[in-house]
Amino acid sequence: MYTLIAIAGLGVLCLIAEIFNARKAIVPITIVGLLALLGLTATGFNDTAATYNNMIVFDKFATTFSCLFILLTIFLIALTPSFHEKQIQKISDFVSIKLFLLTGAVAMVAFGNLSMFFLGIEILSISLYVLAASNRLSLKSNEAGMKYFLMGAFASGFILFGIALIYGAIGSFDMAVIQEAGTSADVEDWFYIGAILLSIGMLFKVAAAPFHFWAPDVYEGSPALTTALMSTLAKVVAMAAFFKLVSAMNVNLPDSSQTALMIISILSMTIGNIMALRQTNVKRMLAFSGISHAGFMLMTLLAVSSSTAILLYYTSAYALAGIAAFAVVLYVTKDKDNEDIFNFNGLGKTSPLLAAILTGALLSMAGIPIFSGFFAKVFLFGQMLNAGHIVLVIIAVINSIISVGYYFKLILAMYTKDPTEKAKPVPFVYHAVAIIAIVLNIALGLYPSFVLEALN
Amino acid sequence: MDVSILLIILLVGAIATFLSGDKWASKIALAFSLAAFGVSIFLLDLYNSGQQIGFTYQWVSTPKIFIALGVDGLSMALVLLTTALTPLIIFSSFGNSYAKSKNFYALVLFMVFAMVGTFLSADGFVYYIFWELSLIPIYFISLIWGNGDPQSRRKAVVKFFIYTFAGSLFMLVSFIYLYLKAGSFLLGDLVKLDLTSQEQFWIFLGFFMAYAIKIPLIPFHTWQAKVYQKAPAVGTMLLSGIMLKMALYSIIRWQLPIAPKAAKEYMIYLIILSVAGVIYGSIVALKQKDIKKLLAYSSLAHVGLIAAGTYTMTLDGLRGAVLQMLAHGFGVVGLFFAAEIISRRFNTGKISEMGGIRIQSPKFTSMFMILVLASVALPGTFNFVGEFELLYSLAQRSISIAIFGGTTIILGAFYMLRMFQKVMLGDKNEKLFVDVNFNEGFVMVIIIGVLLFFGLYPKPIIDLITPSLEEILAVINRI
Repeated sequence: MYTLIAIAGLGVLCLIAEIFNARKAIVPITIVGLLALLGLTATGFNDTAATYNNMIVFDKFATTFSCLFILLTIFLIALTPSFHEKQIQKISDFVSIKLFLLTGAVAMVAFGNLSMFFLGIEILSISLYVLAASNRLSLKSNEAGMKYFLMGAFASGFILFGIALIYGAIGSFDMAVIQEAGTSADVEDWFYIGAILLSIGMLFKVAAAPFHFWAPDVYEGSPALTTALMSTLAKVVAMAAFFKLVSAMNVNLPDSSQTALMIISILSMTIGNIMALRQTNVKRMLAFSGISHAGFMLMTLLAVSSSTAILLYYTSAYALAGIAAFAVVLYVTKDKDNEDIFNFNGLGKTSPLLAAILTGALLSMAGIPIFSGFFAKVFLFGQMLNAGHIVLVIIAVINSIISVGYYFKLILAMYTKDPTEKAKPVPFVYHAVAIIAIVLNIALGLYPSFVLEALN
Repeated sequence: MDVSILLIILLVGAIATFLSGDKWASKIALAFSLAAFGVSIFLLDLYNSGQQIGFTYQWVSTPKIFIALGVDGLSMALVLLTTALTPLIIFSSFGNSYAKSKNFYALVLFMVFAMVGTFLSADGFVYYIFWELSLIPIYFISLIWGNGDPQSRRKAVVKFFIYTFAGSLFMLVSFIYLYLKAGSFLLGDLVKLDLTSQEQFWIFLGFFMAYAIKIPLIPFHTWQAKVYQKAPAVGTMLLSGIMLKMALYSIIRWQLPIAPKAAKEYMIYLIILSVAGVIYGSIVALKQKDIKKLLAYSSLAHVGLIAAGTYTMTLDGLRGAVLQMLAHGFGVVGLFFAAEIISRRFNTGKISEMGGIRIQSPKFTSMFMILVLASVALPGTFNFVGEFELLYSLAQRSISIAIFGGTTIILGAFYMLRMFQKVMLGDKNEKLFVDVNFNEGFVMVIIIGVLLFFGLYPKPIIDLITPSLEEILAVINRI
């Protein structure tokens, strides 16, 4: 519980620091504060604490995912000052919005009550709308913010309607009660309608096909750092929340929901991959790659009871690779008005270290050993084979092969084409964030038990 | 002392080469590869004296994964092939100057590290990791330091990567399925599984996808010729000399023992497919205008015969396969190096632009002649020993297939000698052919020496591999 309060407190502190003209101190203080929180949250790993009439429940699931979110936020905040160099006077806004977003994120995995869940998702979404439109003089950014807001508001409407119907069927918002109601007696029909509406809203937030149409446009239009946030943190949060919802309602759901999930998962993987092959804009490409990864992550929902650890592993591997990749993308596309692949030409010659890191991140996403993305896929496939979904695994394998096509397009551009411009100096934080993220990614691959045993 | 030291030397070597700077990189890489060779000779001695030099360490507890390195005659032979060829390959590249050579040689050593790991692994998961790891360095080696037009090179190399990666993923699915059955990835546990014929069929197919693409067997060979042509000489030698042996080795080590029922049921089709590669490769080789491409197709024919031998599942077939793997490894490296020596002087790979070398350099001509004769399996060369046993094993299964397989020698002699004639003989070329220098001659002489020595006296190798192959055969024939 204190995690949630402290994060919100840090956000307020940022705003106050602005008043006292202490802008330079904001980022270091937030990072130190978040690191301290990360440590504190991790030490509370073994205790389950329910507070405020079960509104917030910090169990192992909530704790581990909160730690992941805090870690990702630290990376994103570290990148903020050099990304918003020209708007440095507004740094407190950018940092505090991210902190408030993190509050929403933590609430979304630690909720014990559907109303708390809705509060969390709204805090997260509104912060994202603001961040998407935060480059206020750019038409594209405004368009992205508006589009995201309209579509997101629709999705929130679905979620709220779903929650209302579930309340109507069960008579409570409390997750424990909802879970119990399913095991004991028959539930009203509108419970299923509610669950379907809730799932549609969540699939929208995860950007799974066929609810993915907003993602490429919004990813492309938003400032690159916001895109990084959406494709790593926001996606992972939505996925974890969706997982928690499904595992609570699982006993109630009919078998046909499994088929539906399987179809959505296959659609996401395939559409995301095939569309990504055609992109020339790196941000759009990563958006589609994110859609296909959403398809992979949705597979965990087919065996909710046993794949919590695998979801955590997959999301960590994916998000860390994403952060490392975006740190390099941010550097390359800085001071550019587009993010086309040709900007990466010859990066292997001008800044070999960053090129190597981006290569590593892409290899991890493609699922090549020793990066943790490979282990994530192996464990996921193992789980699915165990659950008897062999066709799904084969489709996923074929998709992994397709994905090599576009990840390697970027690698080829970096290593085989001649640079179009001279090397720019690399700000220290880009290096630091990219290196730490990729090292953590590899470490996760070398010690998979660390994560896998945390939740088993 | 156990075999893990070999992997450590190679990995440390790769890192040291990377840190050493461009000027010293090639020398340091050579030093480490020689050290690795020395250690593997020492390990062979330990193995022969009956010491336990395997290595096991539990890496991940859930799922159960061991870093398990097992040693028997078979893996020892392949490890020796790798560590013996590596210094030769590195030394042969001293005549080229590669930009950013520290990266280049570090990648070479890293690739050798992965390949040695593949030959030693006794745990399926770790084996798969090494198998995949070896792909990344060769991808970059061919991509960055390759020759020819960058556009078509890029295409060829990416095709190669996607092909092999695709095949490996199916093998991975097979391994995961086996793990769910056995609760472990260790080879020793996997072969004990009692699988139904249908399960074996799918598992066999998963492995087959990976191996057929890497060997390559037709119709999975389309990546090969272009990559051999476009890759730098070192890359081509690593690919043809060592990397494709990974797949042939893996058939004997993993595929046949794990899924023997399926292998026996489909044996005749597998042999026919492999022999089809022999004939196809030989005929296509006849029409090649580029020397590296010609060698690539001749290699396709030779490995097709090796694959056919492994799938006969007789002792002669397996032994012939291993002998021919070693012989082909040395032979093909020698031939590709000869092609490289010519292209260093003539700056071309086209056969039509060559010719008249004999008049200018008789020394090189005689070395090349011996390599060509070894490649067509003239008695007295190492290749003859292997090819003879392979054809004998085919004849044990079916005489008619053996006759088709035998065409490899006739057709091989035809296209190789015709190539020799066009490249080396004829009137004096306007272009100057400087005689081979000491470095080049040294590599060639060692390769020729190995081919001739083991051609006349193959007993040490036969003694090394036969007991292990008998054990493997006992496992295959357990049902």
